[in-house]
Amino acid sequence: MASFWEYANPLKFMRTTERIFPFVTWAAVVCFLGGLIWGFFFTPDDYRQGSTVKIFYIHVPSAMMAINIWVMMLVTSLVWIVRRHHVSALAARAAAPVGAVMTLVALFTGAIWGQPMWGTWWAWDPRLTSFLILFLFYLGYMALWAAIDDDDTAADLTSVLCLVGSVFALLSRYAVNFWNQGLHQAASLSLDKEENVADVFWYPALVCIAGFVLLFVALVIIRTNTEIRARRMRALLARERQA
Amino acid sequence: MIALLTRDLRLAMRAGGGFGLGLSFFLIVVVLVPFGVGPETALLSKIAPGVLWVAALLACLLSLDRIFALDFEDGSLDLLATSPLPLEGVAAVKALAHWLTTGLPLVLAAPVLGLLMSLPASGFGPIVLSLLFGTPALSVIGAFGAALTVGIKRGGLLLSLLVLPLYMPTLIFGAEVARRGAEGQDYMTPLLMLAGISAATLALLPFASATVLRVNLR
Repeated sequence: MASFWEYANPLKFMRTTERIFPFVTWAAVVCFLGGLIWGFFFTPDDYRQGSTVKIFYIHVPSAMMAINIWVMMLVTSLVWIVRRHHVSALAARAAAPVGAVMTLVALFTGAIWGQPMWGTWWAWDPRLTSFLILFLFYLGYMALWAAIDDDDTAADLTSVLCLVGSVFALLSRYAVNFWNQGLHQAASLSLDKEENVADVFWYPALVCIAGFVLLFVALVIIRTNTEIRARRMRALLARERQA
Repeated sequence: MIALLTRDLRLAMRAGGGFGLGLSFFLIVVVLVPFGVGPETALLSKIAPGVLWVAALLACLLSLDRIFALDFEDGSLDLLATSPLPLEGVAAVKALAHWLTTGLPLVLAAPVLGLLMSLPASGFGPIVLSLLFGTPALSVIGAFGAALTVGIKRGGLLLSLLVLPLYMPTLIFGAEVARRGAEGQDYMTPLLMLAGISAATLALLPFASATVLRVNLR
């Protein structure tokens, strides 16, 4: 059995990911089409919310991804700090804009749903507020990457920022609970609770979540590989100039 | 460590702009608010705790880039890094110096500005207490941000973008203490949370600051 750490070798990483990339992409397309068509046209309207409930198929997966992408960045940052694998730092860098967009999508779909349901686009609800803060964290992280020229310095600094930021993001998450009462409903897809969303909505939502995860994997693969190639090109050019 | 602290304090006082600037900025922000929202006493006294806290936060932010940038440019930071004093200690002392020159004056000036904002009488104690317990966290977090951006030319804007989200929990609890105090409610719980944040950041963040300083000095 080959070790997982073999993929720290950029060449090996690129070869493997490029082989699975088309499958992941097509699976994402199929999941999106399947889940969204199933969710939009073949599930009943909610008896109180009408058809606005269907925004749930985009809102919930994007919100889940927004948080999970930050966790993925946290893990890859740790791997970079501990084992100094460049692929890991690059994957964190590649994931950040995707995470920021997911946060925005969650915020926007939430606002579109909130307008008819709560009568307002925005409320200073703990969940909404912590998502806005998470978005600011993504912005700061990306800005720091963009501001530093030296690749290794940038990777080190952003990794530490990601670790410290995670602690503060978590702290903010609970601090805002203290600060204001919530309007947002509780989690509707917990694995450990009796009361969940009904199965008719649950299965298409699962397919949509799978679609979002696959889309994220595909984007990270392509962005990481692009960055590896760009670096290799820069190294080659630098060598040529010296020769 | 004490020598470093006195050196930093002396530099801040004599080089100009260290002591007074943050304080004047605090004053100006607070004075601007009534022009923005109108001079009604009831409204002003309602928003006073929050305005004082946000203004204190911005005043802190203003002087952050001075913590490491000047020493980085003239090379004294390299000397400090090679000195027997651990870099963690340097980071902590620098944050302390920043607090003494920026945070402490803000704490002392807050009651006077509270008067301008027609803060209710019951609010003066809590605003001073909350700033006293909260501003150390602002300085330590800010020192971390300053250490992150020390190698970047014109990093001031980036520094704000990095540091302000980190300030969020401190601001939430600090403003909550001040608000509850002004309304005459019990403010012990948020005050303890605020003190907890300050203690934890004081204990842990100098290590993070030292790590990123080492990276930047490489």
